[in-house]
Amino acid sequence: MELLDNLYIGFQASLAPVNLFYCFLGVLLGTLIGVLPGIGPTATIAMLLPITFGLKPETSLIMLAGIYYGAQYGGSTTAILINLPGESSSAVTAIDGYQMAKQGRAGPALATAALGSFFAGSVATVLVAVFAGPLTEIALQFGPAEYFSLIFLGLISSVALAHGSVIKALAMIVLGLLFGLVGTDVTSGAQRFTLGIPEISDKLEFVAVAIGVFGLAEILRNLENEHDRDVMVTKITGLLPSKEDFKAMVGPVLRGTALGSALGILPGGGAILSSFAAYTVEKKISKHPERFGKGAIEGVAGPESANNAGAQTSFIPMLTLGIPANAVMALMVGAMIIQGIQPGPNVAVEQPSLFWGVITSMWIGNLMLVLLNLPLIGLWVRLLTIPYTILFPAILVFCSIGVFSVNSNVFDLYTVAFFGFIGYVLVKLGCEPAPLLLGFVLGPMIEENLRRAMTISRGDWTVFFTRPLSATLLVISVLVLLVVFLPSVRKKREEVFVEED
Amino acid sequence: MQMDTREVACGAIFVVTAALFAYGTVDLPMGSSIRMGPGYFPLMLAAILGVLGFVILLKGFGREQSPIGGIPWRGLLFILAGPIIFGLTVRGLGLAPAIALVAAIATLASSKATPVLIAAIVVGLVAFCVIVFSYGLGLPYALIGPWVAPLVPGV
Repeated sequence: MELLDNLYIGFQASLAPVNLFYCFLGVLLGTLIGVLPGIGPTATIAMLLPITFGLKPETSLIMLAGIYYGAQYGGSTTAILINLPGESSSAVTAIDGYQMAKQGRAGPALATAALGSFFAGSVATVLVAVFAGPLTEIALQFGPAEYFSLIFLGLISSVALAHGSVIKALAMIVLGLLFGLVGTDVTSGAQRFTLGIPEISDKLEFVAVAIGVFGLAEILRNLENEHDRDVMVTKITGLLPSKEDFKAMVGPVLRGTALGSALGILPGGGAILSSFAAYTVEKKISKHPERFGKGAIEGVAGPESANNAGAQTSFIPMLTLGIPANAVMALMVGAMIIQGIQPGPNVAVEQPSLFWGVITSMWIGNLMLVLLNLPLIGLWVRLLTIPYTILFPAILVFCSIGVFSVNSNVFDLYTVAFFGFIGYVLVKLGCEPAPLLLGFVLGPMIEENLRRAMTISRGDWTVFFTRPLSATLLVISVLVLLVVFLPSVRKKREEVFVEED
Repeated sequence: MQMDTREVACGAIFVVTAALFAYGTVDLPMGSSIRMGPGYFPLMLAAILGVLGFVILLKGFGREQSPIGGIPWRGLLFILAGPIIFGLTVRGLGLAPAIALVAAIATLASSKATPVLIAAIVVGLVAFCVIVFSYGLGLPYALIGPWVAPLVPGV
């Protein structure tokens, strides 16, 4: 049983006191910041990234993973309590969750979200463990052509999930790829687009770009309409769902978990798509679809399980192939590179305790999430009342210190301001920032593989289509693009994303 | 002629950016497809970006105006100034004064800022950050920098 051996190695790592502590800290901080309205998981991780640099690689990744699902869960809490989803993936939860809270059933709604997430997280963790090994072996046979096509597929799929215009999302990817190339070209040593600035002669600092595009731009977006939020639920009574609630929950949780796990593995997939799909499914098969939107517990259980399962399985392409499926995974890849680990199939072979430690820590983190959240819900509710006027100066100060602490490089702070400005302008023009960050991380990777593949094939462009695996990946990319551009899908997409805002 | 200013502006920005990146590859060797030089891939990307931008621009014509919403000029000015001020002062003034400056500037970004609120946020954040980052995480930056150290007794 190789799997059991691997899990044993993993638990040995993730149960080490240091790692347990940082996993807990990550989950706690993630929930804490995720609960604060207007800050989603991506911004949370970008902000807390610098804290983890001083840790050992496996500890830092475990902590980052903890922050991720903590923030994800925190986002659901705000969605239920104040109808303000922390991230787009919990937007669906807000539909029925908020209605439940209005009817005085905030407690059961929150408990349903926590229990559903925990179940889904446990199943997804097992799936990650089962699939990670075989996928890594396939990935080890990948040549540069396959890698190029795979990254291409990842980039294209991320478009399908961006809000609004497909062309704009494509443009954002290309822009991100270009920014990713700024600095020294590894192959030739030539300086590219550095404008003679010595501080970026190496490359643009990833953390600074991420914090600018996500942290700063998000603050600016929130400043557009400064008004006080109403926290309607100040006291939560009767946390536990009733017997009928439990009965109603089982089906949606199981279906949500299955759906989320499957969709999360797709490059570009993950939490957002999963939760929307799960909600649609539950509404379709329900005997009383009219209850949806009016506080149906199925409408909380399904999507919450799905988004947690999707969040978890989206680690699979990142861990096995080194290809981030979404902006959060792009941050994880960035963190690995900063830690001196080249993401890709070799991680599982060369650093088994890191690889399996991260996987097993997901289950532990999910358990902590349940133990932490149910008793502390009162505290999270009080956090919601912190006015934004106090909040954003703190965020700005933490971001500044955080970015500076990465390289002690003053120039990185100017990079933050620059990308904050660019990010905000582009958001104003209807462009989503996530594809840009994905492109930024993948820029050097895709270029290197393109060059290698072309050198090996003696300059023959058809190499990407004659190698079967590479061709398959490209065909899937084209299909994804075609589907997104189909008139009926396009209309549906617009509806879904409008609902989300 | 009807046009959507937002879309046209968006397309135009992408086209201009593409042109700038393309110009940036002028001095870089192109190489061949067998041995790509440092300019090859970026120029390809710039061309794609240019085309995409142009399509966005064209599609903006003959469409209704999309809402852009208010622009928080005050927020834009003060929030973007925050990290820059921090960068300019953290070495000279030291960590604590730099934090105080950023906190004050950031608070000014809100229309609700009052002198009392600013003072409270500055004091609170400086205390919190010094405890957490300097003592807790042990960041190796001087709390009081060389510009002001001579003025502070006991440093």
